[in-house]
Amino acid sequence: MQNEKREPLIHISRRGEISWQRAFAIRALAIVLALVVCAAVCVIMTGENPLSIYGTIWQGSFGSKRKIWVMLQEIAMLLCISLAVTPAFRMRFWNVGGEGQSLAGCLACAACMILLRGILPNGLLIPVMLIASVLAGAIWGVIPAYFKAKWNTNETLFTLMMNYVATQLVAFFCVVWESPRGSGQIGVINLNTELGWLPTVGGQKYLLNVVIVALLCVAMHVYLRYSKHGYEITVVGQSIKTAHYVGIKVEKVIVRTMFLSGALCGLAGFLLTAGTNHTLTTTLVSGRGFTAVMVSWLAKFNPIVMILTSFLLVFLERGAGEIATNFRLNESFSDILTGIILFFIIGCEFFVTYRIHFRRGDSEAKIHV
Amino acid sequence: MFDFISFIPRAVVQGVPLLFGSTGETLTEKSGNLNLGIPGVMYVGGICGVIGAFLYEQSLPDKALISPVLAVAIPLLCCLLGSLLMGLIYCFLTVTLRANQNVTGLALTTFGTGIGNFFGGSLIKLSGSDVPSIALSATSGFFHRSLPFAGKLGWFGKIFLSYGFLAYLAVAVALISARILRRTRVGLHLRAVGESPNTADAAGINVVRYKYAATCIGSMIAGLGGLYYVMDYASGVWSNNAFGDRGWLAIALVIFTIWRPDVGVLSSFLFGGLYILHMYIPSGMNLAVKELYKMIPYVVTIIVLVITSMRNKRENQPPQSLGLAFFREER
Repeated sequence: MQNEKREPLIHISRRGEISWQRAFAIRALAIVLALVVCAAVCVIMTGENPLSIYGTIWQGSFGSKRKIWVMLQEIAMLLCISLAVTPAFRMRFWNVGGEGQSLAGCLACAACMILLRGILPNGLLIPVMLIASVLAGAIWGVIPAYFKAKWNTNETLFTLMMNYVATQLVAFFCVVWESPRGSGQIGVINLNTELGWLPTVGGQKYLLNVVIVALLCVAMHVYLRYSKHGYEITVVGQSIKTAHYVGIKVEKVIVRTMFLSGALCGLAGFLLTAGTNHTLTTTLVSGRGFTAVMVSWLAKFNPIVMILTSFLLVFLERGAGEIATNFRLNESFSDILTGIILFFIIGCEFFVTYRIHFRRGDSEAKIHV
Repeated sequence: MFDFISFIPRAVVQGVPLLFGSTGETLTEKSGNLNLGIPGVMYVGGICGVIGAFLYEQSLPDKALISPVLAVAIPLLCCLLGSLLMGLIYCFLTVTLRANQNVTGLALTTFGTGIGNFFGGSLIKLSGSDVPSIALSATSGFFHRSLPFAGKLGWFGKIFLSYGFLAYLAVAVALISARILRRTRVGLHLRAVGESPNTADAAGINVVRYKYAATCIGSMIAGLGGLYYVMDYASGVWSNNAFGDRGWLAIALVIFTIWRPDVGVLSSFLFGGLYILHMYIPSGMNLAVKELYKMIPYVVTIIVLVITSMRNKRENQPPQSLGLAFFREER
């Protein structure tokens, strides 16, 4: 026995190349499996037949014209924050602070709407709001980036903590600017005058946001793919040593990219506060900063693919929300379904990257999966 | 005069969930896994305990029949089992399937928070019982019970002896973990796995097994934090999102304690104190300022994070392979 060579049952190796059809098939299979598991969970919880559950999920997003627009708006906002965090991720800078950076943008925007109303005309107020939001988000992003560049401070935890600092700051101003007095909430800002509200384009409240984010998506794709900055980001992400060697100033790239990342999060905050919600609460961004991490990663940091992944997540969330309302379950049901689907998609990447060889009787012939 | 005798017990009570969470996360991180799913794991730990206790209480015809041993054992086991499953999901994805740890962790947090809030909100409907809300006061009584003579010892009893058994368990687990990490062979192997899995592998240590074990045990410890929160601190009343951001704070605490669970004992109580400091700082009628005081724990974490990175001492650094997947064939 000792002389005989033992071969393990399973042997794993990295794939050299994989055709995009095959990669796509693996991912599609994972999503289908995930949907089956989700349906099973739904059936256990509600006792309905699975087909009607898929129907309900579909209804949640495409049930009526209004629902379609709400879905588009949700996709746009999620996509905007996902686009914002992507340059940082390509640089392997784990910016999980999208939430706080967007909230900082919301705060700056609301501050302008409240403090400058009646002082500036609307035509001037909106540009000022935009600049303030973008700058606020950028500052929130640059602070962790500076420390990362200078002392290599762990950015994941720094940006995470910055979220809560932003949340408390917003909570502070919610009390300061509360209206009516004693409610601890701001309510709709400038409800009667509509000062600082973005104009409605084409008769649809959400159309402007959708168009802006669509343009942003294309711009981000071009920036990452064809600009010198995009190249530098990729090099820093792949190997800091190489970046030093080819003469890229790594510290500068980190701070600059996080400035951009934070600024775009601030823009998302601006769109939320000035464009659609016209208010300021601590939950205004509603976890999109975290979901954005997954949207971006699932799309392999490709802005165009992100349209698809953000659609997928929003579609499921709204579908699960519909199931929850129809069967009078708690709305957190959607988080469970989202979680399950994410696990499957995260897991399937393994089968895209690696190849599994099973042992056979004779070691010459191997089954390749 | 600042009222320390009422402040310290409340700070400790706030600190215990953080201590469980950070001890669990420290063990996990020592194996090289950065589990950002800890907030989710703690939610699941809490809600599994609640489900166990709720079903047990409902199965009894009369609340007086409740057996102390079962009332403690059932939630405890459910909690450990639930958090173990969460740990296994994380391990399977990141260790076996080598997925990105940040993304997996965030997904786990979404999932776990969802499970907590969903069952918290729908448990009554799903189990078909007719109670208005989940209030497990009977079970909570057993978790909350402190030593009988604690009340007679004045301030000493109040500060040191007024807690339920899980609080002492938290301290014990932290001290034992610290000892295992620093003084035993198992701890040495675990640290080796976290610092350099390839070296550990070459030395004959089963890297995958260590990663699985450390992460799953870490999850179970963290889950106890959720159980303590709902059973002892919240007196058995589950309300959605009440647990809040304590899970993230527990992760921050790991850095604050520079990956040493024994340091975690006092620092978690300090954090607990910072968490409720806003109730003790006189701010008069100005409610807004209280919101700013709630920022203190996060700002302190950031400052510690920055200072440890600036000082750059070798023994205070995170495990070197933290966040990286191990693949034997890719040396």
